[in-house]
Amino acid sequence: MAAAFTARGLAKRYGAVTALDGVDLDVEEGELVGLLGPNGAGKSTLVKIGCGLVRASAGKATVCGAPAGSPQARGEMGYLAELFRFPGWCTADELLTLHQRLAGSHGGDPERAELLELVGLAEARGRRIEGMSKGMQQRLGIAQALVGSPRFLFLDEPTSALDPVGRRTVRKLLEELRRRGVAVLLNSHLLSEIELVCDRVAILSRGRLVAEGRPSDLARPRGVEVDVDGATRVFAGARREDAPRIVAELVSGGEQVFGVRVLESTLEEIYLEAVGEDH
Amino acid sequence: MRAVPVIVGYALRESLRRRVFAVVLVLTVAFLGLFWLGADKAFEESRELAPPPEAVLAGVDAQELTGATLFGLSMFGTLFLGTVLAAFLTLGVVRGDAERGLLQPLVVRPVGRTALLFARFLAAALVCGLYVCAVYAGALVITWATGDWVPDRIVSPAVQLAAGVAVIAAISLLGSVFLTTTANGIAVFMIFGAGLVAGLLGQIGEVLESDTLTRVAEICSWVLPFEALYQDGLNAITADSSGFTEFALELGPFGGAQPAGAFLWPWTLAYLLLVGAATAGAFVRKDL
Repeated sequence: MAAAFTARGLAKRYGAVTALDGVDLDVEEGELVGLLGPNGAGKSTLVKIGCGLVRASAGKATVCGAPAGSPQARGEMGYLAELFRFPGWCTADELLTLHQRLAGSHGGDPERAELLELVGLAEARGRRIEGMSKGMQQRLGIAQALVGSPRFLFLDEPTSALDPVGRRTVRKLLEELRRRGVAVLLNSHLLSEIELVCDRVAILSRGRLVAEGRPSDLARPRGVEVDVDGATRVFAGARREDAPRIVAELVSGGEQVFGVRVLESTLEEIYLEAVGEDH
Repeated sequence: MRAVPVIVGYALRESLRRRVFAVVLVLTVAFLGLFWLGADKAFEESRELAPPPEAVLAGVDAQELTGATLFGLSMFGTLFLGTVLAAFLTLGVVRGDAERGLLQPLVVRPVGRTALLFARFLAAALVCGLYVCAVYAGALVITWATGDWVPDRIVSPAVQLAAGVAVIAAISLLGSVFLTTTANGIAVFMIFGAGLVAGLLGQIGEVLESDTLTRVAEICSWVLPFEALYQDGLNAITADSSGFTEFALELGPFGGAQPAGAFLWPWTLAYLLLVGAATAGAFVRKDL
């Protein structure tokens, strides 16, 4: 089966400004990939090319094997834009009905009810969008992106307007999507969120892909920290596999060990290292 | 193209539920109310001030002169209100909606951009066409009720007004690809004004017997065919007038009203297709 999303040598120039500069990226079926990068790194441009909203200057992108932007590709994907608005005059149910018709979904009333339940808006089904809070609209946006059971989702800052409870709802939703085998490219500034839910991360800086992989693979060992009687001793540069030897040596030397911690760089440190502190 | 009826339905609901509809409704009621008062008074005075039999104007049918003049003015008002509605329904369809984030969720669906544009045009033309015909019918009833006068042609001027606002909607859609909502609104009303000025130029040209002015007005009305449609419709309401009445009408606001001939409808259709193709071509290439 074709990958959910591929980008090969993808480039986008706006006049003299290069927004994307030869990006290669894959999102496999059922995989959750976090897209990170400072403002202006090209994350939204990459997502928009994938959705067919922006035309690439060079390179190629596919969604579920079809050229990005083609009707076939758009039929397989869902999208939540970073900055979006829905018509205030229609209700949540009417909006989802519209998108069902446009997406060619035959899910009908049960699909709408399930999606609204999934994002915690079951009670607001008949409410006009203009009467909803920003957070509710954001969750409705996610429900809209899921109309028609897409195989691949582009989520551009899906939690930007959400409170902690709303963010937790979205995290659970992403876990549910993983369970259902839906692939997701998640563009977010919230590193903790990415670290919690994503299988892999891709870091963009100045239009280029500067790091990619599982957070655990990208992490660097920073040493082992051991709590001994009355103090904490740090063994800089030591790795996880060094921990038993260090403990054994301490015990044989007459020390009492109360705790051991393997130190690794956090996603934040990986990110800062990749994009440079000046960002 | 299966999405066209879906988008048309969406746009129709939008036009009915947005506040602009209530504003247009209030404006229309006010316009027709004032028109009723004005028509009633004008017909009453035209009956009281009938010229003596020996006067030059004795051969003029005062009822027809009053009725045609009032109804011609109501057609201008109708075209203006239709233009306001057409502009409000279309001026932000592409760039304006994209900047507000309304367009992207629709465009990423498996709906062609051309189909989306066509559906928005169809909905706007339908709403504005029906609206213009309704206001036209209202003015017709008022003129008949207050002065017992009806135009020589009833259906064709209404259809021409409806086609005129469809042309304006198409121009506004084209502008919406390139211009912000405000800039496009200004551009549409300037184009509408240019058409009207061309009509006035034609009228002045007729009076002064200036071929240049008449020619300029004629070219303008073909470049902006809503004006040619309006002029032709205006001409049709007094198509059967003759003698002194026709002469008196030509001195009034109908002086510039010219029959456009058989080429009007094919040109209007071709114009809509050209503007539509230019709009679709630009929209398909636009980064959102």
